[in-house]
Amino acid sequence: MASRLVNWFKFSSPATFYPLARKIAVVSTIIAVVLIAIGLYMSFFVAPTDYKQGEGYRIIFVHVPASWMSMFIYVVMAGWAALGLIFNTRLSAMMAQSLAPTGAMFAFLSLWTGSFWGKPMWGTWWVWDARITSELILLFLYLGYMALRSAIDDPRRGDRASAILLLVGVVNIPIIYYSVQWWNTLHQGSTIKFNEESSMDDTMLITMLIMTFGFWAYSIAVSMVRVRAVILERERSSSWVREQLGAET
Amino acid sequence: MFEPLLWIIRRDLTIAMRRRSDIFTTLIFFVIVVSLFPLGIGPELETLRLIAPGIVWVGALLASMLALEQIFSADHRDGTLEQMLLTPQPVSILVIGKVLAHWLVTGLPLVVMAPLLGLQYDLSAAGLGALMVSLLLGTPALSLIGAIGAALTLGLRSGGVLLALLVLPLYIPVLIFGAGAVEATVSGLGGASHLSMLAAILVASLVLAPLATSAALRVAED
Repeated sequence: MASRLVNWFKFSSPATFYPLARKIAVVSTIIAVVLIAIGLYMSFFVAPTDYKQGEGYRIIFVHVPASWMSMFIYVVMAGWAALGLIFNTRLSAMMAQSLAPTGAMFAFLSLWTGSFWGKPMWGTWWVWDARITSELILLFLYLGYMALRSAIDDPRRGDRASAILLLVGVVNIPIIYYSVQWWNTLHQGSTIKFNEESSMDDTMLITMLIMTFGFWAYSIAVSMVRVRAVILERERSSSWVREQLGAET
Repeated sequence: MFEPLLWIIRRDLTIAMRRRSDIFTTLIFFVIVVSLFPLGIGPELETLRLIAPGIVWVGALLASMLALEQIFSADHRDGTLEQMLLTPQPVSILVIGKVLAHWLVTGLPLVVMAPLLGLQYDLSAAGLGALMVSLLLGTPALSLIGAIGAALTLGLRSGGVLLALLVLPLYIPVLIFGAGAVEATVSGLGGASHLSMLAAILVASLVLAPLATSAALRVAED
């Protein structure tokens, strides 16, 4: 148990994590490229045409994984924020910081693909549906976090202030989600129903899962590359960064 | 425990009374914003009656958000806040006191003014009552939640705009239930359930928001 604890905290130091992040980034880049390539091939050529929605439904293979990732990444960021506040580790805040742009990108991607799907299916780019509205609010939360993070020059204060914001956000997300849902059901009884249980073809489900894991690997790869940049920027005055850069150039 | 609370409220109210123009700025902003909508939409009372709850609520929300910056900024600038954090009393008490004083100065006038604006939109008497009650429950919650944002952005360069970006998404539940209560009352459904939800949000934010605010204040004054 004790040795495991030591191992955990070994990589909480930026200096030891920096080379590890490179390895993780390389491995997960390869996984991401392979999985997304297979997933895209399957979603375009293997998955059967939907009997009701035709070919246009194929955008859900990007849309659904992107929405999942956008929600999941926010929770992960809040987890890192909590760790950072509890254990006072610098790396946790850096991880949260480097995940944020990816999460915001996925939230935007989910809205974008959703409206591309909505135009042929519902005949409109935008519907004030509960899910779409909450996804939009999630995007706002990401943007707020990134804005606060970049507005504070002092890195220590920035880390802790944005960690508090993330925790406040994660407490509020369920409240926002349920209030939006209630608001929606009160206003427009039954225009579009998402909740209908549709019997999804197995190939479709597998394709969607492959895409999801591909997006996972992509998020890990991108955040690792970004965290390396953040580490270098923050630790630029320390001796190990000088050695590292001296050795690399 | 309540002595420091009362002390802070009394102190903040005294300061606010010496600078009365701040109170009126928020109130006048509220009146102007709400009066702009008929000019943009058109004077048909049918339409206006329909959108009145939302517009008055959004106006109140924006007005109380604009006033947020003043909660801590003056005390932060002259160092009083730092001294307050050093006192043995819990910081949450300090936060609740300051927020309550701030609400009395900026939120309560909005509640009192709202029925008058509702009349301009031809709201029914029941609607006006629901508007007042919903604002009475909702604006303190707005102040409490907003205080978190005010503490996080304390002393930052682009504080005002940033504060809006942080706080507005968190205001959404209050807006939904506040405007919903008025709308449900006007349409005859009864706004009791909405008002209960608003009260629940108020109680929850009264418990949780001061904790987050005091953590943020400690970070800002570090």
